Amino acid sequence: MSKANESTIQKNIPLEYANEEGRVKIIGFWLFLAAEIVLFASLFAVYLVYLDRTADGPTAEEIFEIKGVVIQTFLLLISSFTSGLATHELRRRNTKGVVVWMIITLLLGVSFLGMEINEFITYVSEGVNISTSAFWSAFFVLVGTHGVHVTFGIIWISLILVQIAREGINTVTSRKLFIGGLYWHFLDVMWIFIFTAVYLIGMVL
Amino acid sequence: MNLSEIKDFLIGEFFVTGDPTIYAAQVMIALTTIGIIFTLTYLKKWKWLWREWLTTVDHKKIGIMYIIVAMLMLFRGGADALMIRTQLALPNMDFLEAQTYNEVFTTHGTIMLLFMAMPFLIGLINVAMPLQIGARDVAFPYLNALSFWLFFSGAMLFNLSFIIGGSPDAGWVNYPPLAGGNLSPGPEINYYLIGLQIAGIGTLTTGINFIATILKMRAPGMTLMRMPIFTWSSLITSIIILFAFPVLTIALALLTIDRLFGSHFFTVIGEGLPEMYVNLFWLWGHPEVYILILPAFGIFSEVISTFARKRLFGYKAMVYSMIIISLLSFVVWVHHFFTMGSEPAANSFFSISTMAIAIPTGVKIFNWLLTLYKGKIKFTTAHLWALGFMPNFVIGGATGVMLASAPADYQYHNSYFLISHFHYVLISGTVFSIFAGLHYWWPKMFGHKLNERLGKWAFWLFVVGFNVTFVPMYIVGLMGMTRRVYTYEEGLGWTTLNFIETLGAYAMGIAFAIIVYNIYYSARYGERDKTGDPWDGRTLEWSIPSPAPEYNFAHVPKVKGLDAFWIMKKENKTKKKEKEPYKPIHMPDDSGQPFMMSLFFFISGFGFVWEWMWMGILGLVGVGVIMILRTFDKDEGYHISSREIKRRERAAREDRIDE
Repeated sequence: MSKANESTIQKNIPLEYANEEGRVKIIGFWLFLAAEIVLFASLFAVYLVYLDRTADGPTAEEIFEIKGVVIQTFLLLISSFTSGLATHELRRRNTKGVVVWMIITLLLGVSFLGMEINEFITYVSEGVNISTSAFWSAFFVLVGTHGVHVTFGIIWISLILVQIAREGINTVTSRKLFIGGLYWHFLDVMWIFIFTAVYLIGMVL
Repeated sequence: MNLSEIKDFLIGEFFVTGDPTIYAAQVMIALTTIGIIFTLTYLKKWKWLWREWLTTVDHKKIGIMYIIVAMLMLFRGGADALMIRTQLALPNMDFLEAQTYNEVFTTHGTIMLLFMAMPFLIGLINVAMPLQIGARDVAFPYLNALSFWLFFSGAMLFNLSFIIGGSPDAGWVNYPPLAGGNLSPGPEINYYLIGLQIAGIGTLTTGINFIATILKMRAPGMTLMRMPIFTWSSLITSIIILFAFPVLTIALALLTIDRLFGSHFFTVIGEGLPEMYVNLFWLWGHPEVYILILPAFGIFSEVISTFARKRLFGYKAMVYSMIIISLLSFVVWVHHFFTMGSEPAANSFFSISTMAIAIPTGVKIFNWLLTLYKGKIKFTTAHLWALGFMPNFVIGGATGVMLASAPADYQYHNSYFLISHFHYVLISGTVFSIFAGLHYWWPKMFGHKLNERLGKWAFWLFVVGFNVTFVPMYIVGLMGMTRRVYTYEEGLGWTTLNFIETLGAYAMGIAFAIIVYNIYYSARYGERDKTGDPWDGRTLEWSIPSPAPEYNFAHVPKVKGLDAFWIMKKENKTKKKEKEPYKPIHMPDDSGQPFMMSLFFFISGFGFVWEWMWMGILGLVGVGVIMILRTFDKDEGYHISSREIKRRERAAREDRIDE
């Protein structure tokens, strides 16, 4: 597929949009993201209803540590920026630039994940876990679902980077990396909602 | 673990024991499996099965597989229905035990809605929709195969509960606390949760696939407002799937986590709210009703327009009314629990929004009637199913408006009046449409018609049986008979009506048997469709030979308006088109990965059902490995040469000249 279409690529159109297959797959991924938004929205709704349902257990205020969360937020925000730079390099067809910026993105992602795991371990050691109360069930499942998505994203984008390093930038690899970038931005956006709905509201209440 | 412990586990927990009918079923399943394996080996068909079906990414074959599995599920769900009706035929019956009865009505509801009706419609959409828009395939053929196999694994996992571990018994809605870990420990409810979860992922990916297909793969000239109405209904249904199914994913996941890991989403003990599950369930569940009915409306529109030999009346109104229905479907879910204790303001809002759905639905009914008005009506079997739908659906719809009134619902709630209402809309809507679509598109799938005489026999028997079953149900409901009771006393005045209902149910069962026989009979003796256009159709799927070749269209059609093929026939362009030179067609490669991936999903699901975490995780690792293999897969596809296309088109065309 890629070879045949390479010759018919139009100028001034990003490589990932250059052929029919790329355009259709990108639309498909946007649709998938719409479903993901509904998935997270349901979890947010459950979490917000359960905000004060702590059943005599510790409340969010007693356990949350905002400092680590702020650092996590910056790590993820910066990683979204660096993944944007990777897309920029993709448009310039600079393989090395893509790989470098994307590796930085992934390292930031891994650090974010490490801090989240550490946060969970701390909370558990302080005596709250998934079966403490409805509130803590909702907390661990909402934030944990985001964490699982980040883990999935790191593995997936790493596999795409291997392909870029091997084959360079063509219609297929550029489409895959572009979609990986969309996914990464999406995770960032979801984190902003978590930061607001979980941590800010949790600290204020 | 020593030998006697293993024996105790196998007899005490693993295999379902104690009931002679279950033993009989286990023996039957074992014999059938051995029979299938023997036949395939004897006829040396394993390779054929793998290459032609298990690895296929052709949307038409995937659609046919959906339909086959859905027919099997219709048999299973129908057998459940007959068991329910036999138990209720007379007072104080002991045909089924109370526990078995609970299991039977739970699996009846779950299977009919999620493993029969929806997959049947998805199967028909898979067969017809890409052909209607002049596409060579769906947007993501590989994903399409994966969707089917996920549905298949989910369905098989759910059905396995019947002989291994025990069937779910908390009703098809599966509300906690009854479905929670305290009141229902063990694998039964896990089967429900995980079986639906796996199939649900498949449905979501199908929805994404269909939306991308309809938005991006249409033939040149086919604007949105020139799309056949069935394609429109597929698009809107897919959009509902996209926004509704993630909510089901969450509802099922949270209950699973409650049961497996001791969280408190729906247990009062940790200040969780069982009502939260009810809200999430119906926030998916009510739109699901329209996932089941909108494609049905699409099928009826196609069939009525074809056999009235007229353009569909009020095409745009049909489209807009479907859009309005789809929006309203998301804001009515609370009517499923008016009696749960919401505020009057909430009940009023949901009461009004529910009644509002009757307006766009009424618009559609009038449009169908006006399509028929002054039409040259042909009473084919497909058309009979469509015509039979209208009066019956109106009865169901009118009683629906009665139920939508919140104060009145305190009287009807969970009574047989309700049961009758939703059977009236779901059977006359979805099941009639399934049979209409089956007869209508059968020639396009298999190259021959279904027998009309047998088809009409089945239709009349089914429609009569249907009304004999469900009219008395309205009455016993008003007399106070509630759903899910497994037996009743004499002298309540319910006996005669219940007995009549049971007779009707058996008539429907016989009608189903006639339809199945018709499939066999027609395959042997049915009239071959040599024209590709047996009904004098209006849409593009009838412009190609029957059965449709794997590449669908030798030439991509150019669309000039609504009812594209009708316009071509009017302008006499069908023959001219065939003279153009053929170009090679690019096709996607077949792949065994979707089948393997869903096999690992099945293994994982089975592990989580039994709470054997090692097995659950092992299965997921298998899924991950195949996903990694896939991302490194080039999947460049292959080309069908122009000579090959010419040969196959000519073979099909010579038949046409014979006519």
